[in-house]
This record gives sequence, C-alpha cells and structure tokens, in this order.
Amino acid sequence: MRGPLRSVGIYLLGFASLFLIWHVAATWILNSVLFPPPWRVVVKAIELARDGTLEEQVSASLGRIAAGFAGGSLIGIPIGLAIGSFPIVRRLLEPYTEFLRFIPATAMITVAVIWFGIGEGSKIFLIIYTTVFIVIINTAAGVSAVAPNKIRAARSLGASSAQVFFFVALPATVPYILTGMRLAMANSFVTIIAAELVAANNGLGKMIWDSRLYMLVDQIFVALLVLGLLGFTADRLFRWGIYAFAGRFSPVT
Amino acid sequence: MSLVELAGVAKVYRSLQGGDYTAVRDFSLEIRPGEFFCLLGTSGCGKTTVLNMVAGFEAVSAGTISIAGRPVAGPAADRGVVFQGDDSLYGWLSALGNVEFGLRMRGMAAAERREKAHRYLELVGLTGQDHKHPHELSGGMKQRIQIARVLANEPQMLLMDEPFAALDAHTRADMQHELKRICSTTEKTVLFITHDIDEAIILADRIGVMNAGPASKLKGIIDVRLQESERERTHDRFVAVYRQVHEMIRDEVAISLKRAQ
Repeated sequence: MRGPLRSVGIYLLGFASLFLIWHVAATWILNSVLFPPPWRVVVKAIELARDGTLEEQVSASLGRIAAGFAGGSLIGIPIGLAIGSFPIVRRLLEPYTEFLRFIPATAMITVAVIWFGIGEGSKIFLIIYTTVFIVIINTAAGVSAVAPNKIRAARSLGASSAQVFFFVALPATVPYILTGMRLAMANSFVTIIAAELVAANNGLGKMIWDSRLYMLVDQIFVALLVLGLLGFTADRLFRWGIYAFAGRFSPVT
Repeated sequence: MSLVELAGVAKVYRSLQGGDYTAVRDFSLEIRPGEFFCLLGTSGCGKTTVLNMVAGFEAVSAGTISIAGRPVAGPAADRGVVFQGDDSLYGWLSALGNVEFGLRMRGMAAAERREKAHRYLELVGLTGQDHKHPHELSGGMKQRIQIARVLANEPQMLLMDEPFAALDAHTRADMQHELKRICSTTEKTVLFITHDIDEAIILADRIGVMNAGPASKLKGIIDVRLQESERERTHDRFVAVYRQVHEMIRDEVAISLKRAQ
C-alpha cells in the first residue's frame, strides 16, 4: 500500500486504537457503570437514532451552528477587510475587537438568555459572537500581510485603487479568511454545547444535561461520541471544500 | 530628446527618532528612447530608491522626474516594473492570468487579451506553460512571467530592479541573454538596476555608476559600445570595458565596506 490509501489506512488504525483503549479501560481497568464501553454506547446510539431523538438533538445543534457561523462570517469578513485596509477604521474598531474578544462567548451565555430568551435567538447570537472576532482578526491580518510588491505591480500595470482591492488584496486574503473560519467552526462547537447546557429546549448540550439528571451515562456518551464525529466531519468538509473550490487559495500550500 | 529625465533629484527619509537620512542627493540623469541603461552601484547606495521614484512608488524630496516631458505622479501603466523576488506575482492566477492582468484591468476583451498574453509567454520562452501557477514554476520561469506580464502591457519603458539577483549563476546567464534578445526585438527603453559589473556590461548600452551612499549621486557614465559578439566575459573588448567600470566603482566599494563595519 502506498500514497493516499496508505495514509487512510494509518488513519483508520489510529481511530481503531482509540476505541480499543476505550474498550480496555472501560471493561477491565475501571469496570464501572459510570464509564460505558464503546459497544454499549453504540447500541444506545442506534436505539436513540431509531426513535428519532438523536436526529432531533443533532439537527437542533447543527442548525444553530450553521446559522450563527454563516452570520458571523458574513459580518466578520467585510469588517476585517475594512480594518486591514484603512488605518482609521482599525483605530476606530480595535477597542471593540481587542476588548470583546477576551470576553468568551461562554461568559455571555446568561446575558444572551436574558436578552434573547432560551430559544434560537440566544444560541445564534452566541455563535455569531464566537465566530465574528476570529474571522475579523484573521481577515485583517491577511490584508496587512499582502506583499507590497503585489500592490505596486498592479498599480504600474494600470490598476485603479478599487481594482487593487478586488483583484489583488481580496484574493490574496482568502487563505487567511478560510483559516479564520475554520478556527471559528471549532469554537462554535464549544459554544453551542455550553449554551445548551445552561438553557435550551433541545440540542446535544440539553441532551447531556437531561441525561445527567437521570444518570443515563450511556446517553451522555452517545452525545459525546456524536459531537466528536460531527466536529471531525465538519472540519474535514471545510478542508475538502477549500481544496475542491479554492485550491489555489489554499492556506496549506 | 530624452525619454526619462531626472534633474537634481533628492530623497530624504525621516526616521522615527527624528533624524534625517539622505539616500540620494542632486541626482541627474537622462535616458534616451530605446536605450538599455544600467544603473550600477554598491549595496545600499540608493539605486533602488532611484528606481522607486521613477516608478512613482516613492515621491521625490527635491528635483524633478519626467517621462516624455510629463512629470511623474505615482505609478502608471507607461512604466512597467520587474521586481527582484517573486512576491509580486499573483499566486492564485495561472501564468496566463498573471500576464493578462494589466490588460484585464484596462478592460481589454477576453479573447483579445488571451491571445496577446499567449504571444508574450511565447516570446519569453514559456510556450505550453500557460495554465501553470507560479508555485509550480522555477525561479527563472517566474521572472520570465514577470517580464511577459510587463511587456504584454506595452509600457513606454521597463524598470527592472535586480531581476536576476536571486537566480542561480547558470539561470542568470541564460536570462541575461534572453532579455537582451527580447529587448532588441521589442526596442524597449530599459532602466536596469544591478550591482553586478558583468551583468551591466552584457546588457547595457550605457552604464551609470553611483557613489556609495548616503547622499549618493551619479559618479559617471560609461558608453559600452560593444557588438553582440563582443559581449562575452573573455572577449578583449569586454575586459577593457570591465577595467573602465571597475576603475570607477572600486573606491565606492571600499567606502561602502568601511561604512558597513
């Protein structure tokens, strides 16, 4: 085996070892009802998938992440571009970005619930909040990192200021924007669970919290397993999307 | 009538600590249409500063620069610039996309600019590389893209800032001959910056030698007057010109070395 097949094989081996260690630890070392082995979690997961509970919780959480992540990116990218392009905008907005980004979204949960209730509003607000600053900072850094010679070359080829922005600065910044969005995606998973733990009608965080009340440890582990899988899949999809649709902007190469 | 005229040009940089640094002072030079002019100087003598002012990237502190009688006010399409490194190329565009960039900015129709860009890629010896991206190409090929990009835009003159300095010796020699060939076909006016005496003699119609910085100016101009067949490092007449240039720049090298210590 060689090339991509080999790397996929090694990957699967890594995953297999994770489940094996889990199994050994749960069955022989700890052997406690408080730490279920993987097969029990999988059986429980199938059961929850059959009766529709799992789908409801997953789609609730994912829907919130998708809405907030899209909103945060749409707000963050233009602001980041403006901060990176105009020193005056940077000075005006830096108090916001440099102040607010140190207040974690999890610290804003109670405020969000008071303002927007325990429904979708507070969740989407928190995901936007957790997304927007990372996207802004990465986008602005990207604009500042554009090689001055790229801009000089464009000017002496006859490009106007607007053309320099749209045809040079913007495409040169895309890798930074995508990196910011990828980091924001990871943060969104943290934030949504925390928010749903505190106050929500459904979602994976709510599922974990409810399971705790009834000591349904298997069910907690189902939520954890699903979270890991969802996060992993979302990140892979994002990376795959970068390669497929914006390979030439790829931050990796 | 000269195409480029620098008259009493000075450039003063103000440092953050408040002190002034005069890079060039009282710099005057005229370049004729169709001429290949090499500006030769030791490192740190301000030759890039001169090019940046002609390109319009930096403003003069005193004096005037005019192109065909019109004073320079910022960069414009009449002066194409070839940079030393490859960071001026657009990594997200193909070789063809890079070469047609200027034409696209100026609104030329797609089919027409494609055809033209393609022709210039051929001229610089990049036939069949149209769809490759800069990161897939070697250093020498990337400099060829830069040259094609500037030529396709059909500027009045080329400004080249040590474009071959980062290349290996073999590729550099290749590129020097290619450039010579391209320039005799297109009859472009060129201002070429270098610190390499050999390179200057191989390429130039005239060589301007600069004083060591700071506050440097033009020390003297040497007419090269060599036939193409004489532009070989071992040719007697080449060696004679080399001596002449070396004579002029030797003291400046000594001064700049002393300053660096």
